[in-house]
Amino acid sequence: MEKKVKNFGYSVTRDRQIDFDANNHDVGKIVALAEPTLHLCISCGTCSATCTASQFTEFSLRQVILLVRRGETKGLLKEVSKCMLCGKCQLVCPRNVSTRNLIIQISRALCNHEVSGSAMLKP
Amino acid sequence: MQKHIVVIGAGPAGLESSANLSNLGFRVTLVEKEEVTGGHLNKWHALFPSLASGKHTIEAIVKGLNPGIKIQTATKVTGIEAVNDYFTVSGHNGWQEKADAVVLTTGFQLFDSHRKEEYGYGIYENVITSADLEKQFASGKEFVNRQGKKPERVGFVHCVGSRDEKVNNLHCSKVCCITAVKQAIEVKQMIPEADVFCFYMDLRMFGRHYEELYKQAQEKYNIQFIRGRLSESTEDKDGNIIVKVEDTLLGKPLRIKVGLLVLMAGMEFPPATKALTNMLGLKNVSDGFIQPLDEVLHSNLTEIPGVFIAGTCSGPKSVSDTMADARSAALAVAEYLK
Amino acid sequence: MKLEGKRLIWQEYQKEIADDHYFYARSCIRQTFFPGAEAVFVKIMKDELGKDIHDEQHHTSCTGIGYHADVVPFDTTMTVIARQFALMTEAGYENYAASCVTSFGLYTEVLETWHHFPEKEAQVREFLYKATGREFNKPKNLAHASDIVYKFRHQIAAKAKYKLIDKNTGEPLKVVEHIGCHYSKMFPHKGIGGAEYPYVLSGMIEAWGGEVIDYPERRHCCGFGFRQYIVQANRGFSLSCSKKKFDSMEPYQPDMIITNCPGCPMFLDRWQYALSEMEGKTYGKNNNGIPVFTYEEVAGMIMGYDPWKIGLQLHQVSAEPLLDKIGIPYDPLSKFKGKNGEDLGIPETPNYLKFYAD
Ligand code: SF4
Ligand code: SF4
Ligand code: SF4
Repeated sequence: MEKKVKNFGYSVTRDRQIDFDANNHDVGKIVALAEPTLHLCISCGTCSATCTASQFTEFSLRQVILLVRRGETKGLLKEVSKCMLCGKCQLVCPRNVSTRNLIIQISRALCNHEVSGSAMLKP
Repeated sequence: MQKHIVVIGAGPAGLESSANLSNLGFRVTLVEKEEVTGGHLNKWHALFPSLASGKHTIEAIVKGLNPGIKIQTATKVTGIEAVNDYFTVSGHNGWQEKADAVVLTTGFQLFDSHRKEEYGYGIYENVITSADLEKQFASGKEFVNRQGKKPERVGFVHCVGSRDEKVNNLHCSKVCCITAVKQAIEVKQMIPEADVFCFYMDLRMFGRHYEELYKQAQEKYNIQFIRGRLSESTEDKDGNIIVKVEDTLLGKPLRIKVGLLVLMAGMEFPPATKALTNMLGLKNVSDGFIQPLDEVLHSNLTEIPGVFIAGTCSGPKSVSDTMADARSAALAVAEYLK
Repeated sequence: MKLEGKRLIWQEYQKEIADDHYFYARSCIRQTFFPGAEAVFVKIMKDELGKDIHDEQHHTSCTGIGYHADVVPFDTTMTVIARQFALMTEAGYENYAASCVTSFGLYTEVLETWHHFPEKEAQVREFLYKATGREFNKPKNLAHASDIVYKFRHQIAAKAKYKLIDKNTGEPLKVVEHIGCHYSKMFPHKGIGGAEYPYVLSGMIEAWGGEVIDYPERRHCCGFGFRQYIVQANRGFSLSCSKKKFDSMEPYQPDMIITNCPGCPMFLDRWQYALSEMEGKTYGKNNNGIPVFTYEEVAGMIMGYDPWKIGLQLHQVSAEPLLDKIGIPYDPLSKFKGKNGEDLGIPETPNYLKFYAD
């Protein structure tokens, strides 16, 4: 049965903090196991400056890495699918992050999570 | 008998160590591969954060040298050998000395910016290095780019050849952040109407008055700091440089045209010195610089008794840190020869 | 720009290219894109330079597009490539010449993988043997066909009838070179001139009389990028990548673009049409576009081969203004005639991009 709600002309404002405790850290853990260079990123932005996808869409590898590390994985799979796996980012990263494999591992983990609720599954 | 010390490298560290050792009563020979003493400082127009003149600083240090110090210039040290309780140090030109202790003050070499091919140094005329800029400042000539025009915009790129594993340098060169701020201010002083930008990953303002200089750059000179590392630069039809970075704080790739792009080249351990340290059997660490016996307790000692280190051969340092290190090395030598 | 600076870099990135006896593997898409290009290469190699070149009929796709689009696993790719090597071995050749840049990049990747992981090579040998009963030797020399043309660029220039020069002014033509990403961006030391300032096409342009243009978006991808083009929803990126390049090169008023990859000439050519229809924008003078060629076509042009015999009528951006500029004769009436002289009909005329039908 639907609950009756009253309209007061204003509403409860939802929290926009990154809720670190409630977030999904599963994906980050699995990705780090498969590609440990996830942890080496220093957010310098060289990858996203050189990335062809970033020139035309909101996609930024630097941001994707941060989102995974913070557990902000909602809607991320759609974001990651914009990457064309060209590998240009790998040429420029000053920390030798294995970017191309990282993206593959992130989408894998996110896919598994979407399908089964856990990033643990093997493809 | 008066003990004899050979100091190798007559930059600020070598000069200051020699002065102190001589004052402590030792016989000192200072060897230098160049014709003149002073090292990199000779080519450095002004020092941060006070903008003191590089040339005057060197002159002041040299003034402090006792006349008793033997200065052997134009001599490249090619051999150091430990024989019983002394060392034989020899040069390429047949010069040779016996020493009771050796101080290595061999310094750094500037990263060769050609190696970052995508930055265009050596290819695009208006891509220069921080060292080239100092030369231009020192020349006292009007400040123009390679087309003879006053640049409307000047960009500074931090961390060139530092913090970059693609060129095998993980380390931070420590002084280039503050040097960029200093040079940006100097450019603004010369061309007040120019817009000046620094492209950085982290601003490392660790020294006294550095943060103040940074604030001055913002407050007085309106220098803009964009947090993003250069991915590549190219040239347009008029010889301007097109810079591509991500403005990471806004999360968008950014393209900007500058009339002059300055690469803040970092410090590296010179391969020529590496040959010497190999000869001595000194272990360098992963960043290439000489590893002291203990980074906290014995920063001027090496694992070989009688061989001491001071200045940037044991890692990037500012000139003032180098001077302090040189003085402390002199005390460490005195302690050893007591 | 300081040319000496580039020359210093070029010196660092040189590679060995075999002198003769090539096993030629064609591209799986070039013959439909620009059908004359590979034929011109074989003709120049055989007839003009007197080289021995084996034009293999039984090889397959290298799987490159599928591999880069993430639908073909690497083990499969390696085994397919091992089969190509087996064909080379069986034909009695040691020098592998790939027509396609992506294949060349992939062959390099496979050979490097085997170099660092010999157990992979052993495994692939086993796979291939089980599946086909074939065995193979690795190529002694692996080159992209543009490497070979680069190697013989001066000999070609010596035999050429024309130069990349404006016949009226005597000025060199302004040429944009575009290198396929997989040529040297993955393995800079395997490409002439490296990844940042590749020399393979610049060298040809210089040798054939033209002037190379370096423009800000030179390094940017043509837009093909497999995933960008193959998924229709992404196709706008592909177009936009090409547009970025055209906008950047336009101020230099280039006479032509020359490329060494199957995809680049296709996209740089066809997208000029799409952009003209979408936005009414053309990049050349008088509503012409900037003609785009493969290096083989350019070699054929300066050799004086009939432009329609080498397939220039299949370009969306018409080649005629350029042919006129160089002074290469052509018969406007036979542009759309088939091999046997039969009339193939005239394609639809674009709304903006200038079209030469007769
Ligand atoms: S691999 Fe993906 S993230 Fe990296 S540059 Fe290419 S498109 Fe961008
Ligand atoms: S280039 Fe490397 S270190 Fe920099 S943001 Fe990208 S992944 Fe992180
Ligand atoms: S001091 Fe600054 S510019 Fe120099 S290497 Fe360190 S972070 Fe980079």
